[in-house]
Amino acid sequence: MGSARYDRAITVFSPDGHLFQVEYAQEAVKKGSTAVGVRGKNLVILGVEKKSVAKLQEERTVRKICLLDDHVVMAFAGLTADARILINRARIECQSHKLTVEDPVTLEYITRYIAGLKQRYTQSNGRRPFGISCLLAGFDFDGTPHLYQTDPSGTYHEWKANATGRNAKTVREFLEKNYNLEEMEDEEKVIKLAIRALLEVVQSGSKNLELAIMRRGQPMKMLEVDEIEKHVAAVEKEKEEEAEKKKQKK
Amino acid sequence: MECVLGISCNDFVILASDMTNAHSILVNKQDEDKMFKLSDRLLMAVTGESGDTTQFAEYIEKNIQLYKMRNGYELSPPAAANFTRRNLADSLRSRSPYMVNFLLAGYSERTGPELYWMDYLASMIKTPFATHGYGGMFSIAIMDRYYRPDLTEEEAYDILKKCVAEIQKRLIINLPNFQVKVLDKNGIRALNVIKSQNLTA
Repeated sequence: MGSARYDRAITVFSPDGHLFQVEYAQEAVKKGSTAVGVRGKNLVILGVEKKSVAKLQEERTVRKICLLDDHVVMAFAGLTADARILINRARIECQSHKLTVEDPVTLEYITRYIAGLKQRYTQSNGRRPFGISCLLAGFDFDGTPHLYQTDPSGTYHEWKANATGRNAKTVREFLEKNYNLEEMEDEEKVIKLAIRALLEVVQSGSKNLELAIMRRGQPMKMLEVDEIEKHVAAVEKEKEEEAEKKKQKK
Repeated sequence: MECVLGISCNDFVILASDMTNAHSILVNKQDEDKMFKLSDRLLMAVTGESGDTTQFAEYIEKNIQLYKMRNGYELSPPAAANFTRRNLADSLRSRSPYMVNFLLAGYSERTGPELYWMDYLASMIKTPFATHGYGGMFSIAIMDRYYRPDLTEEEAYDILKKCVAEIQKRLIINLPNFQVKVLDKNGIRALNVIKSQNLTA
């Protein structure tokens, strides 16, 4: 395959126009644990699949969902160590922005900043791209909610709901089928949609889920384990009821 | 010209700063806020070179917020004070040092209320009461006379009123308004501005 010669140095295009290192970085993202984000009218929610810890390992409650500023929260899929660097730079940029213009960053600004950082690493010598895909969620200071996704190539897009990481395609298809704009006014429905989407691909239920909720004007809230369990139980019940209805129709 | 006063007691720290902003002989405004909220439990009253004051205070404030974002908890008052002093000391032997004098008030569960006095040479002391400025020279003697660690908020406010009365009587420069803020376990609260009219009553 011709790609063997064109995938070493990052700055080299292959003859058919690919940047193989960037594509391999996207493969690394696909190996990471799933992260999902849903934008409602009054709240945005990020959920991640928590990898189960070894028996002797201390369980840390927050690892994959990070606060960048009081109003911006980020989840990612891919290489955790790479994410740490990006998160640090993003946090500095959030404060630096406030220092120079007295206003908190808008979601679009900080997404553009992170995407710009990622792109720079796809175009310089001797450095490899970041192997992570980020989901950024929060409220701008004018009150509008936003959800953005960035990827290792440095592109970013705004989404109503999206997933990244392992099985992202399955989750995204589920979200496309079940996302309903009017329903997103109801907080409960937004939370349930995110949980249902994650449960499509996460094996063992509420123990392995971590959810962060961002409400307009309020600090980020991580859902407690028992709250998640309550929602998961409700979701399981709904699923059973739907299965029943299908059986009866037949 | 500018004056800041601070008193730290068992349950709170109270800071007062004058509100005059002047350039040479011209008074720009009489209602300037010279106190900067660095975090929910840190308050700084700054005097000195115009521009340097805001620049330095905002830089420290954003760095303290960054620490909070990175680590999930806020810097304690002693840590914040030392961090501020370190920044001042580093800038002292640079091309253009910050020309600022200030009082830093902090409250934490562990240490209680604390007051730090810092000047443009980056010297720092933790002290029960402190002042900056010409007005401070009159006031420090009044604080010496009346200070007790177990003052209530009203009593501390009264001591500040005495100080301001003396400043307005004896200082050649007119400083009619003093802003007062108190910091305790519930955070930062503004008290009534001490105005020259209210004192003669």
